Amino acid sequence: MTTLAKQAEPAAPPQPGKPSKFGIRRIGDLKIALLFIFPAMIGFVLFFLVPTIRGIYLSFTEYSILGDPTWIGLKNYTTIFSDDLFWNAMAVTVQYVALNIGFQTVIAIGLALLMHRVAKSTFIRGVLLLPFLVANVIVALLWFWMLDYQLGIVNEVISWLGLPRIAFFGSDQWAIPTIAFVNVWRHMGYTALLIFAGLQAIPNHVYEVANLDGASPTRTFWSITMPLLRPVLVLVLVVTVIGSFQVFDTVAVTTGGGPVNASRVIQMYIYQKAFGESDFGYASALSVILFIILALVAFIQMKFLKGNETDLD
Amino acid sequence: MSTSTNSRHSRESATAVVGSPRSRRPRTKPVNWRRAGAWVLVVIAVVVTIAPFLWMLRTALSSNHSLASNAGNLLPADFSWGAFQRVFGLQSPEQAIAEGGSGADINFWLYLRNSIIFATLTTAGQVFFSAMAAYAFSRLRWPGRNKVFAIFLATMMVPPIFTALPNFLMIKNLGLLNTFAGLALPFMFMTPFAIFFLRQFFLSMSREVEEAAMLDGAKHLRIFFQIVIPNAAAPLATLALLTFIGQWNEYFWPLLVGQDENVRVLTVGLGVFKSQSPQGAPDWSGLMAATLVAALPVLILFIAFGKKVVNSIGFSGIK
Repeated sequence: MTTLAKQAEPAAPPQPGKPSKFGIRRIGDLKIALLFIFPAMIGFVLFFLVPTIRGIYLSFTEYSILGDPTWIGLKNYTTIFSDDLFWNAMAVTVQYVALNIGFQTVIAIGLALLMHRVAKSTFIRGVLLLPFLVANVIVALLWFWMLDYQLGIVNEVISWLGLPRIAFFGSDQWAIPTIAFVNVWRHMGYTALLIFAGLQAIPNHVYEVANLDGASPTRTFWSITMPLLRPVLVLVLVVTVIGSFQVFDTVAVTTGGGPVNASRVIQMYIYQKAFGESDFGYASALSVILFIILALVAFIQMKFLKGNETDLD
Repeated sequence: MSTSTNSRHSRESATAVVGSPRSRRPRTKPVNWRRAGAWVLVVIAVVVTIAPFLWMLRTALSSNHSLASNAGNLLPADFSWGAFQRVFGLQSPEQAIAEGGSGADINFWLYLRNSIIFATLTTAGQVFFSAMAAYAFSRLRWPGRNKVFAIFLATMMVPPIFTALPNFLMIKNLGLLNTFAGLALPFMFMTPFAIFFLRQFFLSMSREVEEAAMLDGAKHLRIFFQIVIPNAAAPLATLALLTFIGQWNEYFWPLLVGQDENVRVLTVGLGVFKSQSPQGAPDWSGLMAATLVAALPVLILFIAFGKKVVNSIGFSGIK
């Protein structure tokens, strides 16, 4: 069988540029590969590549859907720098990301440890994953009702406790923390499962040695679990931070960016610029900036938290 | 490793024997407070996760006017199917208004149908075409293969909002706004993630059967359809399930191109339902009935295939 398998495989990976003895080998399965890749290629070119290039182009133009885009150079970008609403949107978004990621990550690590050590059943993991599988919009509306000022159950409980009711979605200082909390609720189980997968990859004997050495559980956590979990944690952070920066659905169906500008996150601002004010050039410039920020955030996290190195050697 | 496990095992069994020579469970064993505390946390997490869904159900089965006077009651306030009737357009506008609804024409049957069409179309196309591409990236040898794959992967980094604006313009120029084609096209051909996910699996599959088939003169198309696809049924099903749930929950793109009632999906319909609700006294029962209807298919899928989803997360989410 092994010899058969060897015969069937082409001798070496074809090297483009180097003339090989048999022309047919250099091309390999190119013809059939083109057929297999054709639909995906259409999708890639039409809906990823061309829009990316067009988006960058539009960011240098003034374009209000009607008529043609007019080239205006860097004007959109210079305007953005003195645009108070943009800076407000950035500040609001960063506040959201900090609250969302901070709480979510800590809770998820706790849940992951519980899944790993205590509640090992798939059923409990499934239950904790449930909110993540339900649409953002649904989760947002559900909490919009539960946190309602007048009738919401949460405010009922708060007033039973003799505390003043809170306008969760209706007040400046609560809008962003509330939206951040709603999404912590939706994502904590999912994030915990990702971290749980990382915990499972830590070999058991490491713990056993620590156990024999008499290390306390706290000590084991900080000296063994966390360092060995780091690569997974960095990847989880990169993925969740990037997602968190693009928060939209929850804001759109609850506050719509309000009150006033209190929860106008960056993607909401882009949406309003493009579809509210038909200013596609400016909106494109804003999304280029968001794109750059996300790339930087991912790069910095990978670089400084050394996500691509492991201590498991 | 094995020795330490063994020694721990024997020590544990030794204490068990010493502690209670007769009964299987030692009664004298002290309560493990740390473990008990951990279980309390687990229970809290489960309750925090489940309770809001029960509250959704409770509200949907209440009559809207009674919610105010029974705000703290755990059971449905003045049990009624009215909210569901409003959601499915079974009440006359007058009756709907009398029960606290907006009286506006809202038909969730239609949105349900649209969501099913949208999610099914995109899932079927995406999974099938991505499988084809993954086959080309894992099983076929052709110049530039790894470069093209790297470029595909790089697009995973591009935030959806970035491509959404130009895509909207293209769909608009093609005259496909408010059509299922316009809704589905950007998702139908591939996502880098789907290709990546399947390529990983194809690479790990044994090649022997395929190679035997190839020696028998089978062509790639036949190998793909008769050997690879049946053998990869499990990961294909998992991917399809994850994609379907994701598409079912999609909001931003349908909001841009599918506002029209005939193609409006549930998520967008929910937003409209909420914004049409009377301002001072919202139709909370109706709203919760609507969210329940929208969440139900996912909940059913989850109850049926939950284990698959749970086990797929981790290796799909990170690697």
